[in-house]
Amino acid sequence: MNLTDEQLERYSRHIILEQVGATGQEKLLSGKVLIIGAGGLGAPAGLYLAAAGVGTIGVIDSDSVELSNLQRQVIHHTPDVGTPKVESAAAKMRAINPDVTVRTYFDRAGPDNLVALMSEYDFVIDGTDNFSSKYLINDAAWFARKPFSHAGILRFSGQLITVRPGQSACYRCLFPDPPEPGAVPSCSQAGVLGVLGGVIGTLQATEAIKYLLGEGELLTDALLTYDASGMEFRKVPVRRNPRCRLCGPSPTITVLEQQDQAVCDLSGSCNC
Amino acid sequence: MEITVNGDAVTLDGPLTIARLLVEQEVKMPDMVSVEHNGKILDRAEFDKQQVRPGDTVEFLYFMGGGA
Repeated sequence: MNLTDEQLERYSRHIILEQVGATGQEKLLSGKVLIIGAGGLGAPAGLYLAAAGVGTIGVIDSDSVELSNLQRQVIHHTPDVGTPKVESAAAKMRAINPDVTVRTYFDRAGPDNLVALMSEYDFVIDGTDNFSSKYLINDAAWFARKPFSHAGILRFSGQLITVRPGQSACYRCLFPDPPEPGAVPSCSQAGVLGVLGGVIGTLQATEAIKYLLGEGELLTDALLTYDASGMEFRKVPVRRNPRCRLCGPSPTITVLEQQDQAVCDLSGSCNC
Repeated sequence: MEITVNGDAVTLDGPLTIARLLVEQEVKMPDMVSVEHNGKILDRAEFDKQQVRPGDTVEFLYFMGGGA
């Protein structure tokens, strides 16, 4: 791949970096990242990945933009209310950078489509808003052997970890049992500070970019927690769990299934 | 005895279980916490049995399901 004069100018602040250079930028341009959920986390991730020149970005989401999304889902604007989120997100990413090919999937990520979809990409960003999806993505990534960034945000807190299936701790290694449905606070009731998605979603994009570049150390085997209240980041070391039902030596999860429990909102419709 | 909880030094009376520690540390929703004890993730069923000893390190990892 030869960068055009326009690309040399557009990506000049990348190219000047020792860890990126023209070679790194070409890696980004040939890179493919799948964003699952074009919401609080997926919005900033999508904007920065597009700006960075990640050549192919897939976005899957089955929702349309609602007014209550706009407090934090910065890829969607007021005139987009009522539009499918994937279309709204794709329009902004294409506007930022015409180099980027955006593939949209106006669909739910499920056990029937996720492994095949993931295998078309290099790296996956989990920007979903419920435990059922987060476990599903973790499991699908294991079966597809696809690295991904897990993240969650709630109230004034956020967390993330990068998983390289078979090489580093997975989400189930840390959280073996999904919480009981009755124990889960309603996301829309609990609320979330809008900027949390920006902080954590941008960190997820950082991991995707590092992975594509092959530069730096990924956030594997450590859970990064962020408390906006005390403005504190902590990196908690974790390791693969020998009793993990998915990636341990004696797995009991051998096929991909969606767990119909512990959804984010007790009423079944989460707009967090 | 002194232990480390989420990176902070904590002084407690005598040995106690993880379940008791969750109460003493005023973890409001223990069902929403995964516990790492000296680097090992515990099964929920172990919370009542697992003893915490002086010098131990405990991390409460919170379930965070939001994202949209």
